[in-house]
Amino acid sequence: MKANTESILEVRDLVKHFPLTQGIVVKRQIGAIKAVDGVSFDLHRGETLGIVGESGCGKSTLAKLLMALERPTSGSVRIHGRDIATARGGELKRMRRNIQMVMQDPYTSLNPRMTVGDIVGEPFEIHTDVVPKGGRRRRVQELLEVVGLNPDHINRYPHQFSGGQRQRIGIARGLALQPEIIICDEPVSALDVSIQAQVMNLLERLQNEFNLAYIFIAHDLSVVRHISDRVAVMYLGKIVELGRDAEIYESPTHPYTQALLSAVPVPDPEGRETRQRIILQGDPPSPANPPSGCHFRTRCWKAQDICAEQTPALEARPGSDHPSACHFAEVRDVVNAQ
Amino acid sequence: MSDPTATQDLIKGADEPAASPVAVRGGQRSLWRDTWDILKRRKIFWISLVMLVVFLLMAAFPSLFTHKDPEYATLAKSMELPSADAWFGYDLQGRDVYARAVYGARTSIIVGVLATLATVLLGGLTGVLAAYFGRWLDAIISRVGEMFLGLPYVLGAIIILGTVAPAQSNPGKATIMAVVIIVLALLGWPILMRIARSAVIQAKHQDYVQAARALGAGPLRIIFKHLLPNSLAPILVYSTITIGSYIGAEATLSLLGIGLRSPVISWGIAIADHASYIRTAPHAMFFPAGFLSLCVLTFVMLGEAVRDALDPKLR
Amino acid sequence: MTEVLSEQVGRGSHGGALLEVDNLHVEFRTRAGVAKAVNGVTYSVDAGETLAVLGESGSGKSVTAQTIMGILDMPPGKITGGEIRFRGVDLLKLPEDQRRRIRGEGISMVFQDALSALNPVFPVGWQIAEMFRMHRGTSRAEAKKKAIELMDRVRIPAAKDRVNDFPHQFSGGMRQRIMIAMAIALDPEILIADEPTTALDVTVQAQIMGLLAELQRDSNMGLILITHDLGVVADVADKIAVMYGGRIVENAPVHDLYKNPAHPYSKGLLESIPRVDHKGQELYAIKGLPPNLLEMPTGCAFHPRCPYRRDNCVTDVPPLYTISGTRGSACHYWREVIDEGEH
Repeated sequence: MKANTESILEVRDLVKHFPLTQGIVVKRQIGAIKAVDGVSFDLHRGETLGIVGESGCGKSTLAKLLMALERPTSGSVRIHGRDIATARGGELKRMRRNIQMVMQDPYTSLNPRMTVGDIVGEPFEIHTDVVPKGGRRRRVQELLEVVGLNPDHINRYPHQFSGGQRQRIGIARGLALQPEIIICDEPVSALDVSIQAQVMNLLERLQNEFNLAYIFIAHDLSVVRHISDRVAVMYLGKIVELGRDAEIYESPTHPYTQALLSAVPVPDPEGRETRQRIILQGDPPSPANPPSGCHFRTRCWKAQDICAEQTPALEARPGSDHPSACHFAEVRDVVNAQ
Repeated sequence: MSDPTATQDLIKGADEPAASPVAVRGGQRSLWRDTWDILKRRKIFWISLVMLVVFLLMAAFPSLFTHKDPEYATLAKSMELPSADAWFGYDLQGRDVYARAVYGARTSIIVGVLATLATVLLGGLTGVLAAYFGRWLDAIISRVGEMFLGLPYVLGAIIILGTVAPAQSNPGKATIMAVVIIVLALLGWPILMRIARSAVIQAKHQDYVQAARALGAGPLRIIFKHLLPNSLAPILVYSTITIGSYIGAEATLSLLGIGLRSPVISWGIAIADHASYIRTAPHAMFFPAGFLSLCVLTFVMLGEAVRDALDPKLR
Repeated sequence: MTEVLSEQVGRGSHGGALLEVDNLHVEFRTRAGVAKAVNGVTYSVDAGETLAVLGESGSGKSVTAQTIMGILDMPPGKITGGEIRFRGVDLLKLPEDQRRRIRGEGISMVFQDALSALNPVFPVGWQIAEMFRMHRGTSRAEAKKKAIELMDRVRIPAAKDRVNDFPHQFSGGMRQRIMIAMAIALDPEILIADEPTTALDVTVQAQIMGLLAELQRDSNMGLILITHDLGVVADVADKIAVMYGGRIVENAPVHDLYKNPAHPYSKGLLESIPRVDHKGQELYAIKGLPPNLLEMPTGCAFHPRCPYRRDNCVTDVPPLYTISGTRGSACHYWREVIDEGEH
């Protein structure tokens, strides 16, 4: 799947701070929520980069920044070398053709007053030069067929479909402009277990067919492992560990990754009495007021003085060859250790 | 459920059958469909609908309801009581009260509907703009709206009408109606602006609007394709009720002598003209007032029936 | 439990399990028709035991729980048959005032969404204390003291300082702990947890599941865990009831079900979930959609999606066949499913 290592998306030092203001007439900034706080990564053609993290880690804000739905405080998002974060007007509109998204909630992501044909055909109405007017209906029907829906249902409304089918409609809309990159923001988490597999298989098939690159954002580590070539783990606005799926899941070096993995319940009761669990204490701190140095130190069992003083860089450390943002990074297989 | 199709076999294990109404409580249906289902089983809706049709017919074709000329006056019959000849009796100037009440419907309904239309356009537009663009535009529109809201309705109308068309002036039929319509809309738009604004703000945060933005859709497309169709319900409900209250407001202004005036025929004028004779000839005021009340009631009932059907909290 | 209650709900004098749901039927009368949400569900829980009720949305798992608690909205809900026996007494036949006592003291419940289950305008300590004041008539000061003890017990840090805080001042995990504190306040014998960790992050989920297990160990409660998460079930359950289309399709001790499922639906579910411990190939996907409760398929509700389907599956509703002592499968061809190999 990853024959090509050409980077089509380069994210550098991406920062998004939401100002916290006080006052009604004269607004005074009293702080900032550091939703995304210095994130860098590359995405290669045709690969899937999984991004995992708990609520509040900034993964959804990251998705909005990549889609240019929010402007970053600083940093860049380059698609084929051009920065979408600073693009405006016609240039931004052209760049959007290359990066599309599939959203989490199949119920709110489709306009209830539009037919399926209008929803999937909207990209062509906006980018009028992609498909000539006469061919649009046909193209929409082809797209419906590609995602496994009946092309005759083009005149139905979203409420006439099930959650899984709606998610397919959203995927068809994302595919319409033939983008190279699709951001999937929790695309299966709102679906029933038996439907999740259908949608994941569809995403994988489309990736092979159209050589798509995915950024797959999810909180479910099992789902991310299944679909991803590489995985980034986020905590409080930063990537704390980044590597190929086997590196992250079998030899994680960051304590947070280890805790996260060990907390995932394994669907197999064998040996559950002896399974080692790292149970973290407390909740993640507020992104408005993250701890100094390493953000994870307040919940970390390895924390030393240095962790409060120095922010650990995301870099490969002795004993492992993938980057990890921990002063004391050390391989520990928590998933298969029993 | 319709037939499964061949295309669905493209994907291994993914041949979902064609669209089904899914689970009962999880499944959503269209808002308008649901609304209609509820409406058509409500008695109040049908009653108000029949009354509405009657009033609209009266406004459009008054000759269907009476053969008499509302302008024809026989002073000798001034204040004559209801009789077989004139069901509602005669007014101060000896004109047929029933005929004038029938012909008054047109003016009252035109004023009510047009003033509401103007209010919806003005309030809706400002509300959508404030909600969509936010920031300073929202601040300005909201504050201006609050200033208008702070002005007592009747006081505002007296000041404006008293300046533009003072009681002793004698403007034409169309002019005076236009002035009253503009005044009503000018004083009523802030409420509609607020309703439109909050409905659009709610719709704006829906994922499908984000999805449209991600596709590169411009403000016009987002407003007209996505925001407006999804914010229409509360605007519609309020408008229906507003028609009723504007018809009442028009009468109030006429009664105060600053709204419509002769030669226009309206319920408000009829009430105003005969208010001082209520002891001696109550019928001259009672019948136009009855028509007015029924008409206001019709629109308010209709609006409330629609609101109940649309409001998910009452379901 | 108070003495009054134990008189009515004869303590230990019956033969069955602590809580038995027996052939329960529940319908919803909606505008679109009658939805059969629960169609003959039977399960039981004993003290100290954990039963996991596994199912997807619309499977009837939550409706069953609401019926046990007596908090089902009626109408549109209607119980059309069956019994719910607690200590041998049918709760469905008890007058409302006696049921109210059992709620909280005998059986209590933890909900998925702690934020909406807690009243936003009262301090959490007050809400916990309310349980004692309402059921026991405890004095204000005493009830507050007990509330603090309970908050300590569910590991809310600095309980004494936080007892007067409002629900929105707590994180999702902490709110769920408060819900649990309220649920265990009166030492219930059965705790029903309806998707207690679905809204929570995985590290917090681990904390909450750990807490529930510990509380159960300490007080020997029976626990009914309602969930769709096969991972959580594998971690804590003693036995499992898999629900589909308002019926129990498989009943099994936890190890048996994961090792060798006896119903095509449970088997399909197990094969369709991605795993964190190995990468795996393409996922198996159960084809089709969950059934529409308004138009249940004839015969076996799963037949339109089932790879084992034969002609009689379309016509005959499969009974819950007994496989061995505590195992059952509602599939005409359970032998075939089981024989197809161990996991």
